[in-house]
Amino acid sequence: MSGEPPLVLIVDDVDHGREICAEYLEFRGFRVATAADGLEALDKAFALLPDLILMDLSLPGIDGWEATRRLKNDERTRHIPIVALTAHALASAHDRAKEAGCDSVVTKPCLPKDLEAEVRRWIESRTEGKTRAANEQG
Amino acid sequence: MGRVVQVKTKTETPRSLEAGPEARLELIESLLGEHETRACAVVALHWLVRNSRIERGFCAVVDSENGRLTGLVGIGVSAAALDAFSLDLDDSTHPLIVALASSEPVAFHSSGHALVRPFETPLGAGSFHAVPLARGNGSGELGPGLLLLAGPGDGPVGGDVCWAAEILGNRLTALWYHRIQIDGRRHKRERSWLLGVINAVTDPILLTDADGRILIANAGAEQLLTADEAKSEGRRRAVALNNMLFSSSLFTAAEANETTRKELLLVDPTEGQDLLFEVLSTPVKVRSNEIGVASILRNVTDLRRASEEIEENYRKLRAAELEARAERDRLDLILSSVLDPILVTDPGGNIVLMNPPAERMFTVAPGNRTSDAERRVRANDAVFTSFVSANLYAGQSGGQSRHWKGELSLLDPQTGAAVPMEAISGKVVAKHGEDTAIVTILHDLTEAVEKVQLYEQIKRHSEELREKVREATAELAEQNELLRRQAFQLEQASAMKSQFLANVSHELRTPLNAIIGYSHLMLEGVSGEINSSQREKLNRVDSNARHLLAIINDLLDITRIESGKMPIQVERVVLPELIDEVMTEVEPLIAGTSLDVTRKLAPRVPEIRTDRQKVKQIVLNLLSNALKFTPQGTIAIAIDYDPAAEEVSVAVTDSGIGISEENQRTIFEAFGQTDGSYVKRHGGTGLGLSICRRLATILDGRITLRSRLGEGSTFQLFLPRRVR
Repeated sequence: MSGEPPLVLIVDDVDHGREICAEYLEFRGFRVATAADGLEALDKAFALLPDLILMDLSLPGIDGWEATRRLKNDERTRHIPIVALTAHALASAHDRAKEAGCDSVVTKPCLPKDLEAEVRRWIESRTEGKTRAANEQG
Repeated sequence: MGRVVQVKTKTETPRSLEAGPEARLELIESLLGEHETRACAVVALHWLVRNSRIERGFCAVVDSENGRLTGLVGIGVSAAALDAFSLDLDDSTHPLIVALASSEPVAFHSSGHALVRPFETPLGAGSFHAVPLARGNGSGELGPGLLLLAGPGDGPVGGDVCWAAEILGNRLTALWYHRIQIDGRRHKRERSWLLGVINAVTDPILLTDADGRILIANAGAEQLLTADEAKSEGRRRAVALNNMLFSSSLFTAAEANETTRKELLLVDPTEGQDLLFEVLSTPVKVRSNEIGVASILRNVTDLRRASEEIEENYRKLRAAELEARAERDRLDLILSSVLDPILVTDPGGNIVLMNPPAERMFTVAPGNRTSDAERRVRANDAVFTSFVSANLYAGQSGGQSRHWKGELSLLDPQTGAAVPMEAISGKVVAKHGEDTAIVTILHDLTEAVEKVQLYEQIKRHSEELREKVREATAELAEQNELLRRQAFQLEQASAMKSQFLANVSHELRTPLNAIIGYSHLMLEGVSGEINSSQREKLNRVDSNARHLLAIINDLLDITRIESGKMPIQVERVVLPELIDEVMTEVEPLIAGTSLDVTRKLAPRVPEIRTDRQKVKQIVLNLLSNALKFTPQGTIAIAIDYDPAAEEVSVAVTDSGIGISEENQRTIFEAFGQTDGSYVKRHGGTGLGLSICRRLATILDGRITLRSRLGEGSTFQLFLPRRVR
């Protein structure tokens, strides 16, 4: 595990949505990057290769579902856990997110601490996977 | 036999006074011209009177049948004396019988000599001559008769007398022979006729003498009683047997001396079978001093057989009659049991048989002999008779139709009501084609007519109904079309509503997210420390935001359920485990109260297959409600199973505030909470029970409520063992 804290890319077209998440996660010790639309999200994801992406689904231009699909279809970003963060409450929207490649779905509104717990869960599981792989290699 | 002649006067040789040859020829011619004995004797006597000195005289002739010498004709003698003259030929000592046997005239003198044996003649006292008539060429001791002649003087008879006696004798003899011959032929012919007649009689006829020997037998008798050597042994034996049987019967018959009748069993010699005869035996004189028996045998074998057959036939007839009577009784019984009137008429149209229903129509009941009833019966009779006879004659001229049918309008004799009848007649045709009877069956059409009327009525009503239905259908179709359009619109509206709600939900969540998020950031101290007053107010913001979120989530649930978009995930659910989970979740809530929460589990509650999450949501909601609305007391959760209905149930009973009857009706509706102020105190969206009921319904279950205001409530969830 690197000395740097995990980097979370927050994608949301709504300013306050991005702000609450970013502010809270930074407060809780994460590194944070943000994107306001799908295109930006893809650029930043490829550029930064974050440890986790919080992906809003309803986005102007390339929406969250499409962005997720592209990221999960790209060798560079396939391994990055993507947690959909959406105001859509219907199961159909959630199913579509899973189909697109999201690893989990969190419905807005959600408490920042609940979101943090979900983020930690995915990052830790990934880290454990990495550690296990490293141990097996060593 | 010695001939004793007391007085004998020798005839002298023919004297003078002889007739000439012409006279003699005349006599011969006269005699030849006569064919009667009497006439010949008359001719001869007259000739003698004319040609000799004979004055009186008569002719006596032999009656051989009676054995007497009787007077025939005389001249100068009284007829009575002549009739009285009759001598027995067997009296051989009588002078005249002696004279008859003599060949010469004998002179009797009334005086001068003594008569050994005096006798009288029609000539009376005085001398006379007895001149025997010539015997002719016939044989025999006696001639055909005597001429007793008296003349003046006692002189000997002349040659003419002797000649005349000879000529007359010859003539009489010739006539006699001639007659014998004719008689013989006639007898023979008559005998053959008689035999023919006797033989023509098929019944055996016999005449037997006193010793039982057969004198006469006809063919039938010979067949039975005679057999010559040429016949078969069996036949001869049969004949011998018959003779023996017949003789023994004769023996008894002869005793009786009158006609007797008896039965005699003989054997047919040809066929060998027994023949029964009735024997009629009559005594018959066969000779002057012998009585025989004439027997007529009547063959009664056939008669007996016939009589037996008649008896048998009679017996059969009796049996047939009995059977016919039984048949008739049976027929009567059958006819009586038929409810339709049945009548049998003869070809003349007269009613010969009726069953009781027919009697009711065609006779006047004894107890109801009114003029009206009689008139109606007559009318019925007339209608019926004309129906039968019209069709009978129509049938005869028309051809082979043996049945016909018609409708008769009769009257009920008692009530006078019109009785429409259907009539079916059939001819009973005998073997040779003649009609013997007509059988008619009537069938009361009253009911049928009523039925027809009823049917018409029904039909009319049915038509009306159909018209109404048609109108209603048209209206319905219109309504349907309207409804369909409305349904389509509703569907569209519903879809739009769902979409709208989804959008509303999305758009509400985003600002809520900001409110909750920022509140949280501040409460967590992300934006620096806050004082207690700020914290309290931020908590209010947070709590209201959460309440709003709960409302939004519930509304979304209802929308999903109503639009059928609520997915159901069926899995195995063990209810007690599920209840435990719910209890654990509400444990923090319970901990904050003084409530006594108990759980009761009925034995043998089976596993069910249903949507676990939804059941849990319902139970959780019910339990939360109970906790909310029970300030103090108890809450009991009871799990039960009804094997008959195959239902499991979860009952949540509290001793809380209870629900008024009025409110019980609306409690399951959205925002149906009873008391707004209470809601404010206890939270909740007012949509919980509405959602619970909807969820129970999509799980094929239901929720019931029993409650009394101030005493508490019981909500019970029923679920099938398996979601359909």
